[in-house]
Amino acid sequence: MTAGPRPFWPPLAAGLALGLALLLTFVITGHGLGASGFVTRLAAQISAWLAPEATLANAYFGPFVKAGAVLASWITWEVIGVLIGAYLGARSAGRSSVQIEKGPNVSRGQRLAYAFAGGALVGFGARLARGCTSGLGLSGGATLAVAGFVFLAGFFIAGFLVSMLARRVWQ
Amino acid sequence: MSIPFYDGGVASGLLAGVLFGYVLEAAGFGSARKLTGQFSLKDFAVFKVMFTAVLVAAVGLYLLRVGGVIAGNAVFVPTLFFWAIAAGGMLIGAGFALGGYCPGTSIVGLASGRIDALVFVAGMVGGTAVFAYGFEPMTGFYFAAKGPDAQRLPDLLGLPEWQILAGLIVIAILGFRLGSRLERARGGPFTAEDVCVPGDAAGAKNNPTPSTQAGYVS
Repeated sequence: MTAGPRPFWPPLAAGLALGLALLLTFVITGHGLGASGFVTRLAAQISAWLAPEATLANAYFGPFVKAGAVLASWITWEVIGVLIGAYLGARSAGRSSVQIEKGPNVSRGQRLAYAFAGGALVGFGARLARGCTSGLGLSGGATLAVAGFVFLAGFFIAGFLVSMLARRVWQ
Repeated sequence: MSIPFYDGGVASGLLAGVLFGYVLEAAGFGSARKLTGQFSLKDFAVFKVMFTAVLVAAVGLYLLRVGGVIAGNAVFVPTLFFWAIAAGGMLIGAGFALGGYCPGTSIVGLASGRIDALVFVAGMVGGTAVFAYGFEPMTGFYFAAKGPDAQRLPDLLGLPEWQILAGLIVIAILGFRLGSRLERARGGPFTAEDVCVPGDAAGAKNNPTPSTQAGYVS
């Protein structure tokens, strides 16, 4: 294979396609797309494997465990679908590449430490906000929910502020 | 048969997910550098794709409602808890700028081979566990400043929905034009050739990769 990766879709085309996929999801399910709900269930399940009694007693994880089959939920199937769809897209367009993606001025170890720290902030923040960029920003925004726009304002304000401090991670 | 179908089954989840993942990957959202290029104003794909998608779905839902296909309260609308949602949004923005992804895009990054995305997912699981085990003292903050149930912008602003949609479309057009101007001034946006080469070829935008090198992408 000598050809380079196929170009990304133009933002307007990708936005149109994403909007139609979101609209279809609303028509089929009555709600939008999400992602962090799966992470919550995964964390609750891992916690239940490691510390069954503490998880059952926990005010936040407990109800998930009591309901049984923590991972058996629409959002789990949706995230498995995301993995499949993104994998098929990346492979077929020559854009699949096994790498630690980083800016040129940080080491791989530093990049992975930033990835973990950023992930931890996002995991905590998504539970506090009751959703993430997909569930609140995209899906909430599409219903014109006030909650969605408050979320998006916070997301972009903090993103720009922290980006100034974290510039060396990427540049 | 009424619409929406309220189908929460396996096929429904897989279908929605496959479409979601395929489009996010095609938009370039499996790449942490392309995603964070939004916050250095070099790449406006996050703003452009999200804003377009929100408007397409919002106009679609409006037309389905006006056309009598769905009822006014047919789809789920999240309720505002001001402080928790503002603070949570800020933490996600901060974590995105630092770690390179949000929850959905980290799954896309993982599926396109990014090892940093896998570590990001592990971080999210850790952050979620910290939240769960620190939840009880936070409940006051978590429920503070609750808005009306399922409140929407037309309710808050007292304007008809079509005027809100028209206003958002104007903001989107202005944002697109400003964004494209900033992208050109800063040498962006990131292309697939810039970010889909493996390993240490990362950073190609600052140090252009010869086309032969871009050719060994699997």
